[in-house]
Amino acid sequence: MFAAFDNFPALLIWLPLAGGLLSFFIKSEKGAKANAMIFSLLSLVVMLTALFFTASKHFMLNQVSYVWLPGIGSSFGLILDGLTRILGLLTVIIFPIVFLMVPANRYIHANRFYGLMLLTQCGLLGVFMATDALVFYLFWELALIPVYFLSSVWGGEKRIRATFKFFIYTFLGSLFLLIGILYMYLKTGTGSFGLVAFYNAQLSQTEQFWMFGLFFIAFAIKMPVFPFHTWQPEAYEEAPTPVTMVLSGIMVKMGLFGVLRWLLPMFPLAVKEFNTVIIIVIVAGMVYASFIAIYQDSIKRLVAYSSIAHIGLMAAGAFTLKDSAIHGLTLQMFNHGINIVALWVVADIVERKTGVTRISQLGGIARKAPILTMFLVIAAFANIALPLTNAFVGELMIFNGLFQFKPWIAALAGLSIILSAVYTLNMVKNVFYGEPVAATSTFTEINRIQGLALTVLTGLIFVVGVYPDPFFKLIHETVGLIVNKYVTI
Amino acid sequence: MNAIIVAALWGVLMMYAGFVAKGRSTNLLAVTGVIVLLVVNWLEYLGLSIFSIDTKGMLVYNSFGLLFNEVILFATLMYFLLSGQELGKSNKTPSDLYALIFFILAGIAIIAGFKSLLMLFIGIEIVSIPLYVLAGSAKTNLKSNEAALKYFLMGSFSTGLMLMGIAFLYGDAGTFFLEGINAGMGIISPMKGIGLVLLLASMSFKVSAAPFHFWTPDVYDGSPTVFTSFMATIVKSAGFFAFLKLFESAFGNIHREWQILMAVIVFLTLVIGNVTAVFQQSVKRMLSYSSIAQAGFMLLGVFALNVFAKQGMILYFAAYSLATIAIFAVLARFKDDSIESFNGFAKRQPLVAISLLVSFLSLAGIPLTAGFFAKYFMLLAVLKDATMLWLVVVAILCAAVSVYYYFRVIQAMYFKDVTADQEQQQLPEFNSAFKIIILINSLLILALGIHPDWLTNLL
Repeated sequence: MFAAFDNFPALLIWLPLAGGLLSFFIKSEKGAKANAMIFSLLSLVVMLTALFFTASKHFMLNQVSYVWLPGIGSSFGLILDGLTRILGLLTVIIFPIVFLMVPANRYIHANRFYGLMLLTQCGLLGVFMATDALVFYLFWELALIPVYFLSSVWGGEKRIRATFKFFIYTFLGSLFLLIGILYMYLKTGTGSFGLVAFYNAQLSQTEQFWMFGLFFIAFAIKMPVFPFHTWQPEAYEEAPTPVTMVLSGIMVKMGLFGVLRWLLPMFPLAVKEFNTVIIIVIVAGMVYASFIAIYQDSIKRLVAYSSIAHIGLMAAGAFTLKDSAIHGLTLQMFNHGINIVALWVVADIVERKTGVTRISQLGGIARKAPILTMFLVIAAFANIALPLTNAFVGELMIFNGLFQFKPWIAALAGLSIILSAVYTLNMVKNVFYGEPVAATSTFTEINRIQGLALTVLTGLIFVVGVYPDPFFKLIHETVGLIVNKYVTI
Repeated sequence: MNAIIVAALWGVLMMYAGFVAKGRSTNLLAVTGVIVLLVVNWLEYLGLSIFSIDTKGMLVYNSFGLLFNEVILFATLMYFLLSGQELGKSNKTPSDLYALIFFILAGIAIIAGFKSLLMLFIGIEIVSIPLYVLAGSAKTNLKSNEAALKYFLMGSFSTGLMLMGIAFLYGDAGTFFLEGINAGMGIISPMKGIGLVLLLASMSFKVSAAPFHFWTPDVYDGSPTVFTSFMATIVKSAGFFAFLKLFESAFGNIHREWQILMAVIVFLTLVIGNVTAVFQQSVKRMLSYSSIAQAGFMLLGVFALNVFAKQGMILYFAAYSLATIAIFAVLARFKDDSIESFNGFAKRQPLVAISLLVSFLSLAGIPLTAGFFAKYFMLLAVLKDATMLWLVVVAILCAAVSVYYYFRVIQAMYFKDVTADQEQQQLPEFNSAFKIIILINSLLILALGIHPDWLTNLL
């Protein structure tokens, strides 16, 4: 059925899937880790190779459609286009780094841990590449199930409750999505789940409104944007750090991706009707989340709330429908993943070395570990989008779009950026500067592996910040297709 | 037709086998019987009828009926393989119980092909009467006796309703044949209306749809777990098949008239089943309510009555029966039905636990399991006609609720540790044959979840 390996999308699905299943049969922890590294690096290699074969020139290499359920009208269709490339690249870069950072002897049954992580990678790549709504839905869920188990088995004290809340929330969202997909399927007229058929479905305005609502709720819960965010801080805090990295770095992009790939092209009338309201609610939520972040004493919660604000900005950018904002947000999805994972890596190192997560109980790390501090400062600058960092490029373009849309909304959103400087720099000051306290008195410098991971991440921050052009070339064509839909209306 | 005669004869054979065969050989004989039934039924599906008896058109088998029967027989095979050991322990003469099950299978085979209300009645009674005996088969257990009596009284009452309904319909149309009742250009005479409502009530009773579900938790909870498993899966599926076929063939023309009644029943069943299941502490009782909740989803098929409904129904029978049979087979080995007794189960029995995991995921309708596509078809069936779409919203909200109680068992198995006093308790033992079969069972659930076409294309 899926015999072919002569194309990139199929390889990107099968490699993590095979590695994940294989991992369950490896007894030793070292072996499992090596296995995970090998398969995640192989995916990275495939992805990097694919960058040299653009979708428009090498059609056969980048798009496949296997026969799956002809009776139902669904085929196993995958595509590697610009939008997919940037998110796929993020995925295959993050996973090896996450694996690298998993400490030895931390998690019992490590082979299962790595196996489930690889299955998550498979699910995520599948979501990004699917060109068939049913396949999209299956991967959407497939990415969720392993994360549920990862967090519930290896998470913190309140893990079962927090993870379950997260699961029920997103599952309810996906059920709405399912109803939307089924209704669209009946409206295609051709009885197909294909992306193109969905784009061409004939819907009345009322139908568009309803369908928009169903899809939007699913994506909004996943992102999450205000007011659907209540599962998020707890889930981030209770999940084991490697899972938190995947959750916040990649998984939340599923929602944004869904908006770009499915929502905007399918329901133009509804988007035009509701976008102002949505943007206002999201931007209000951004400011709200930023204020909460200022009062957080836990590093993990601070990053979680900061993430709500950043994701909110991207979501708001998507609904402005402006060319600049959508370009910016597509790049920013990549940047945000890199930045937040860098922050998590630092937070994880601090937590492992001191056993403390409270900001008020930390201080003076800069004296003990200058290199770590340097990395953190770079990541923190990226988090508040200073020039020369990647986020500056992305967020500037989103703000440009917001400003074109409604200047006062851009001003309100700008408030959240100022607030982000407040809490981020506050955290840096309290944790890293000042006199060392009891918890940090024996703090040591990071080791080589941690240094390597942080070098890669901060390196990417600067590369994109200084020279974003290749990334824009990557996404230009796909983003253009989305924007053009709205030029005519 | 093949299946009725072979099942009936095999039932008689099982009765006499009690004189000679003991223990395992009884089980073996029963398994052989089901395999023979599977083969002869499949032969009929392929067009090879061994017995040709003129029923004056009262029994006609089409591919839907035969496929349904095949699924039911396969579920019975799984049931015998997984629960055979427990079934053997439950009684001194298990061959009697096997004989009763074969008679039930004969009844189900009649239901698979009824074209006349008489045959429907006979089929349902042949299924019901042995069930009353099975429910009370733990003769020394008071709860089992209570369950049997309750089931019998309530069952007789609903049978009465059904007979009365049939009488009214006969009075209206002058025939017992479904086509004859369906004729009449979609006009409802008072007599036909009364008959329809009576049949709706009695069929709802048989499939434990709210508000006719009150007997279900007590009967399912009180009966020996092995037979609860049989009642909740195979017999219930048969009830649904009869329900769907009766309302499609006899009342299809006036579909729009009774759809609103059906919608109310679906709504009540979904909400009551799911919400009550949340509060259960015993897995067995939780599964009783879950069976009501799942019935709500299957009723969506009867509500919609289109091509998706039929495909979904067949898939639902398979998905629901396989998953529930596996869970009950494991549950029957536990001394205690509480959710806590599953604590740490994954560490002690990883293979059985993963099979249970697949079964629970399937019941919850998670993708890549058969349960997902079962629900998928049901939702699609309702969406297709685009009437009363609020039912779809109710259904998915209920599906989200159902995740809560199914996942409680998963959480107990995988995330919770054994408590101190549980460690001293005797653990259920599973031999390797059981492990292999339950694993095959879960692989089948996954296979149908990845490729439902394999089953639905046979329709």
